[in-house]
Amino acid sequence: MSTLSVNHLLGIKYLKEEDIRLIFETADKFKEVINRPIKKVPSLRDVTIANLFFENSTRTKLSFELAEKRLSADVVNFSAASSSVKKGETLIDTVNNILAMKVDMVVMRHPNPGAGIFLSKHIGASIVNAGDGTHEHPTQALLDSYSIREKLGDVTGKKVVIVGDILHSRVALSNIYALKLLGAEVKVCGPKTLLPKYIEQLGVEVELNLDKALAWCDVANMLRVQNERMEISYFPSTREYVQQYGVSKQRLAQLDKEIVIMHPGPINRGVEITSDVADSKHAIILNQVENGVAIRMAVIYLLASKLK
Amino acid sequence: MSQKLLLSAREIDIILHRLACQLIEKHDDFSQSVLIGIQPRGVFLAHRIKEKLEKDYQIPSINLGQLDITFYRDDFRRSQEPLHANATNIDFIVEDKHVIFIDDVLYTGRSIRSALTAIQSFGRPKTIELLTLIDRRFSRHLPIQPNYNGRKVDAINNERVIVNWEENNGEDSVYLINKESSI
Repeated sequence: MSTLSVNHLLGIKYLKEEDIRLIFETADKFKEVINRPIKKVPSLRDVTIANLFFENSTRTKLSFELAEKRLSADVVNFSAASSSVKKGETLIDTVNNILAMKVDMVVMRHPNPGAGIFLSKHIGASIVNAGDGTHEHPTQALLDSYSIREKLGDVTGKKVVIVGDILHSRVALSNIYALKLLGAEVKVCGPKTLLPKYIEQLGVEVELNLDKALAWCDVANMLRVQNERMEISYFPSTREYVQQYGVSKQRLAQLDKEIVIMHPGPINRGVEITSDVADSKHAIILNQVENGVAIRMAVIYLLASKLK
Repeated sequence: MSQKLLLSAREIDIILHRLACQLIEKHDDFSQSVLIGIQPRGVFLAHRIKEKLEKDYQIPSINLGQLDITFYRDDFRRSQEPLHANATNIDFIVEDKHVIFIDDVLYTGRSIRSALTAIQSFGRPKTIELLTLIDRRFSRHLPIQPNYNGRKVDAINNERVIVNWEENNGEDSVYLINKESSI
């Protein structure tokens, strides 16, 4: 297969295993490109992409913009804070106005789950979901699985535990879909208040004890505690969270094996992982960031090749 | 579909010898020259040329790279078939070197145009030359000609030239295939 089965990247839920493998193979080629003296290819010189960020982002926005520029696409940026959204414009109106300026592809981050799906039904451009509320963050899951594949050879058969705030995490949901599609075993670990009800229906196991989860896994993906999405208190104190669910050097030293530590960023140092772990050789956090550009180049390249 | 043998294994071998000799005349010991096989099919020819130079003419350690031009093509979103990328592998410096592009068939010249752009990402070569096994003259879309050429072929547009290599097709041969005529 050399083409994606979808015209938009709205979520991992809508992808097939072959789609993910194709994205990975294409990303391999782009990873070589971004390590050249001149890190740019002219493939998308006649494509215009709008980055619509209705929610704050540093690394995802930067990563998408770099990916687009390294493919030679024309890029326009938009952030909600400085736009007419503040004046009461609806999402469709905002996007249609931008599309009237002949934009081929939209990369969108939005606080509402399903915003990308809604938009894809109403406009003609290809849409890439860069995070929609607590729903999905497909490119993050792709780069996470790609980083596991790079570090451990393959994702199939690997044991991955996702630790922390699963309830508010779009990264967790997308990761679960991607890892299951690729044949990994997945557990989630965190305080009960931060685990969604019925999460087992996604085919994952729940483990409340972090030490047991770490002893079981090959890879631990540490999620950030999303204080900004919490209107009530989900655990007694940060100190108690750290004691039970924070990964430290001491915790890793108790294991009789080496595990890979991942984090989608931004890190709350000293909360979900300590600084010495984040900066250790176990952590592939910066590899994830590098791979993010290659994965996003692959996704945009493959979707652009389907543009009419 | 009909097919005609253009070159047999023996003829290909003679041509490879001649091309190797022509390269030596110009590039001597290859200390300032590098071979670049154009992905996917030029790579086989590039390996053969390197083998000839090393085994028959005792020129050791010639730099050989592979260049993929997929991301530099000018028909992205225009071709019916999706474009599938191959690996690029150039682990030496091309800056100020004499680069020799190697491809099996020169047809419209568009692949070579893409390769000329692609190689710039790796530096500024002193010169760039082109070596091809088959030159389909009269089919060019761009002003590009080979410096070293195996055989000139006059083929019309619905004909295809297929180059087979022993290592992946079981034999060395070149066929002219006419898709439209029936047997």
